Amino acid sequence: MAKTKKTETETGTGQPVRAGSLFAYAPAPESPAAAGEIATGYGHFIGGEFVDSSGSQALKTVNPATEQVLAEFAQGTEEDVDRAVRAARKAFADWSALPGSERAKYLFRIARIVQERSRELAVLESLDNGKPIRETRDVDLPLVAAHFFYYAGWADKLDFAGWGPNPRPLGVAAQVIPWNFPLLMLAWKIAPALATGNTVVLKPAETTPLTALRFAEICRQAGLPEGVVNIVTGDGRTGAALTAHPDVNKVAFTGSTPVGRAIAKQLAGTRTKLGLELGGKAANIVFDDAPLDQAVEGIVNGIFFNQGHVCCAGSRLLVQESVQDELLDALKRRMGTLRVGDPLDKNTDVGAINSAAQLARITELAAAGEQEGAERWAPECELPGAGYWFRPTLFTGVSQAHRIAREEIFGPVLSVLTFRTPAEAVEKANNTPYGLSAGIWTEKGSRILWMANRLRAGVVWANTFNKFDPTSPFGGYKESGYGREGGRHGLEAYLDV
Amino acid sequence: MSETATRIDIFKTYKLYVGGKFPRSESGRVYEVTDTKGQWLANAPLGTRKDARDAVVAARAAVKGWSGTTAYNRGQVLYRVAEMLQGRREQFAAEVAAAEGVGAKRAAALVDAAVDRWVWYAGWTDKVAQVAGGANPVAGPFFNLSVPEPTGVVGVLAPRAGQGFSLLGLVSVVAPAIATGNTVVVAAAERAPLPALSLGEVLATSDLPGGVVNLLSGRTADIAPTLASHQDVNALDLAGAIDPEGPGAAAALEAAAADTLKRVVRPAADPSAEDWTAAPGTGRLLSFLETKTVWHPMGI
Amino acid sequence: MSTLAANAPGAAGGGLSDVAASEATLRRFLHGLPGVDQVGLESRAATLGTRSIKTTAKAFAIDLAISMIDLTTLEGADTAGKVRSLCAKGLHPDPTDRSVPQVAAICVYPDMVATAKEALRGSGVQVASVATAFPSGRAGLPVKLADTAEAVAAGADEIDMVIDRGAFLSGRYLEVFETIKAVKAACERPDGTSAHLKVIFETGELQTYDNVRRASWLAMIAGADFIKTSTGKVAVNATQPVTLLMLEAVRDFRAATGVQVGVKPAGGIRTTKDAMKYLVMVNETLGDDWLSPHWFRFGASSLLNDLLMQRQKLSTGRYSGPDYVTVD
Repeated sequence: MAKTKKTETETGTGQPVRAGSLFAYAPAPESPAAAGEIATGYGHFIGGEFVDSSGSQALKTVNPATEQVLAEFAQGTEEDVDRAVRAARKAFADWSALPGSERAKYLFRIARIVQERSRELAVLESLDNGKPIRETRDVDLPLVAAHFFYYAGWADKLDFAGWGPNPRPLGVAAQVIPWNFPLLMLAWKIAPALATGNTVVLKPAETTPLTALRFAEICRQAGLPEGVVNIVTGDGRTGAALTAHPDVNKVAFTGSTPVGRAIAKQLAGTRTKLGLELGGKAANIVFDDAPLDQAVEGIVNGIFFNQGHVCCAGSRLLVQESVQDELLDALKRRMGTLRVGDPLDKNTDVGAINSAAQLARITELAAAGEQEGAERWAPECELPGAGYWFRPTLFTGVSQAHRIAREEIFGPVLSVLTFRTPAEAVEKANNTPYGLSAGIWTEKGSRILWMANRLRAGVVWANTFNKFDPTSPFGGYKESGYGREGGRHGLEAYLDV
Repeated sequence: MSETATRIDIFKTYKLYVGGKFPRSESGRVYEVTDTKGQWLANAPLGTRKDARDAVVAARAAVKGWSGTTAYNRGQVLYRVAEMLQGRREQFAAEVAAAEGVGAKRAAALVDAAVDRWVWYAGWTDKVAQVAGGANPVAGPFFNLSVPEPTGVVGVLAPRAGQGFSLLGLVSVVAPAIATGNTVVVAAAERAPLPALSLGEVLATSDLPGGVVNLLSGRTADIAPTLASHQDVNALDLAGAIDPEGPGAAAALEAAAADTLKRVVRPAADPSAEDWTAAPGTGRLLSFLETKTVWHPMGI
Repeated sequence: MSTLAANAPGAAGGGLSDVAASEATLRRFLHGLPGVDQVGLESRAATLGTRSIKTTAKAFAIDLAISMIDLTTLEGADTAGKVRSLCAKGLHPDPTDRSVPQVAAICVYPDMVATAKEALRGSGVQVASVATAFPSGRAGLPVKLADTAEAVAAGADEIDMVIDRGAFLSGRYLEVFETIKAVKAACERPDGTSAHLKVIFETGELQTYDNVRRASWLAMIAGADFIKTSTGKVAVNATQPVTLLMLEAVRDFRAATGVQVGVKPAGGIRTTKDAMKYLVMVNETLGDDWLSPHWFRFGASSLLNDLLMQRQKLSTGRYSGPDYVTVD
């Protein structure tokens, strides 16, 4: 008791509150064992079976929070890719001929099994990716199940989706997904593809293959016909072999703009349908009449959610000059309460950077920010010894010309710029080749709509940020890609319309 | 003064249509346009890369005003185009007959179809948002709305083959793009550009703001790659990209477009088999739209 | 709010009394406070509610929570016997374990103050009395002041007053302000000291979070020592979002004026799990400075027994049951 006593005289004008030291949270780790058994080595999942690669090269996936190897997995060869595409092609005839109501049942089964095994998958995802268990548990996994539920329901209602009666599937879909939301991106890709009657070959990212391989087990539990879902692991070479395969009818890629551009070139002149969900440099715009406490939460959620490994991250904070000081004080105070560390600790807010390579890129861009004259700030926080870590970081005094205002950092680094008028905010927000998302914070409704109308971005969050839902179309303008995932719009990507 | 002397016709000087004006090509050059039997019809301006560049500037400048115009008003303008085109039915029938080598009756029917196509798209302007957008029932206390928006500047390679390509085909690719608020730079069919250049005269008298449609005649192999690689062009309609190889081939243009991730509508598998009289559907209308999804919390 | 910092710190109401110079200035000030987005606020509170408080942290938080309780009985059926029994419980919450801290205060109606004062004499446990025509506040100012004065005279250390929600909702902010000031004056004792004033908003009746933020600033400017959510007598009592909002208000008020004000959620907080969530909110919104009974209280009755059962579980490793804690 004594240590909680304090006298009333210990107050002062403008005294900032301090992050608590009295009430320190004891470790609350989720058990790694909940991830289930992780094999020492994995092959591909082709034609309903786990098979060895035709090649001998194996890659390692590490826990980015410890740098310990979790498992080895196969580097997919062209031959592996071909085998998977052939399996998918073989399965396509029956799968696409199946009544939609029957396809739907498989997807509903998958959704249910994901829910049943959500703790296991959440822990496995946190281990392999480095993201906090709070996010895998409360965001990734619920959304994964929701996506399968949502698209399951579409499978027998495609006649009413707006493209006339009996819209046809494309055939075999080649899907290449990133490491930032491994299982969620898998769900975004596989659920609509299967609902519309396509079969798929999916390549997970080379730093996060484990949940996709575990998903293969779920497909088996669900009794999904052989070859409808095939998983081939490997690095960019495997991905290139897959997207270039002559017998795929659809390529869906989520990842960086340079790779997306290369795929678009690769497919030029073919009849392969292409969907791209690429990078972003979203402006999160705060007006002086914003609900400030919620804006601060939105900014934090916008850039520190998932360590900033989010293509739609609010990485550019555009703050109205008249409220800049007040907002930045509040933001810094809030950043001081972020808990960085063990991804499996239920109280961790910011986990590990996904890989050494990504950490190097973030470090390099942050250094460039300093060199170019922006002011760097980060809260004091102890980082673990092993693993890949980066403090939540803020740059002030950033101008449009700075690299940290233009390039996607894909890490927990926020660039702060200012504006004076709504028109200037729009101009600066749109002054980027990207156009994936944007945020607006103001209590004035008509200004929200005025801004939303002018922002060249596929998703505009007003008085909120980083919200996702299977019913809500997601995708970019300009160099952030084309096509939409989610909602009715997401069906179009997998239909011959 | 002889009473038997026949009257000498007035030849028309065909010009480009850029930014609402009728410039000659900056090259100062023309090329011969013939009918399908090789008879000389007229000289068309030889539009160049610089003309294409100027046209993109004009198209970009027109985006804000045209996309900001109400959908109702855009519909009125497109309907006005139909009215103006109908009034010059005979002229266009003659040009289409010469361009496509069809009889007068068939040519007139193709012009009528082109008029009707403008009317079809005029009616779409204020309906497409309801068809392509809507409210999304997200699982949370948010109002969530998806709305289609124009992509921006669209480079259009006008059809160079297929039934009714020279006017009806042209209208079938231009009208859907501008109906939704885009602006276009059109590379007219290289060998049959006269209906396109005349269409500029119709557009200029239809309350269509300058720069919304820009029409260039000339070598597709010059103009098309300029549009495909231009960083301020947002999308490409490759309807007329029928060259099997070279800089004007669809594959080359699509590859160039990939540098800035332009939205690309590929040519038909067999462009010469394309029947532009067929009902158009909504494919092209929806191709040059971006879906913007706006979230807002619902609370008190 | 940055303009507020120019005001003289330390004075009553943080030197902001000039904003209450007239109905118009007060309204302008209160309506100029930043808005509150309901969804965002509730989402933040929910996220803080997912904190996992284990082992040593839980032990610390349980004792802290016990020490912050205003153990309350506010029934028409209250008797001196009931109040004395509650006081005994507050002094020694767990008769089998003397290491359990005593509660912060016993909260009663004014006519029970003398009884409670006697039972708690010398213990350090405060006597809090509701006043001003609790819980509705529907009485004239003279009655409210007399109610307050009687409780203070009977020895109340703390006065939990209610605002006139009708006046607030109809925009008569100055009337509410003047009433709080008058009650604050009535808290003064002949020796020059003063009973601490807690101002109850009945947030369930104010309906919107914007109203709660305005009421918070209004009360703080008028001189409240504590701001309190609820009477416990209406359908909606303390909630985590409304408490979080009030924590933000006292944080901002201190930043602007230098004056620290306490927060008391009351009503509906029954479980240890709930209490942990509130303490997490205090910890992550305000930090150490408010983590004490001087600055944060729980208005509760049944919460105490749940905390005691959880405390027993932590020390013995076995789950406890209601027969192993006392009913008072």
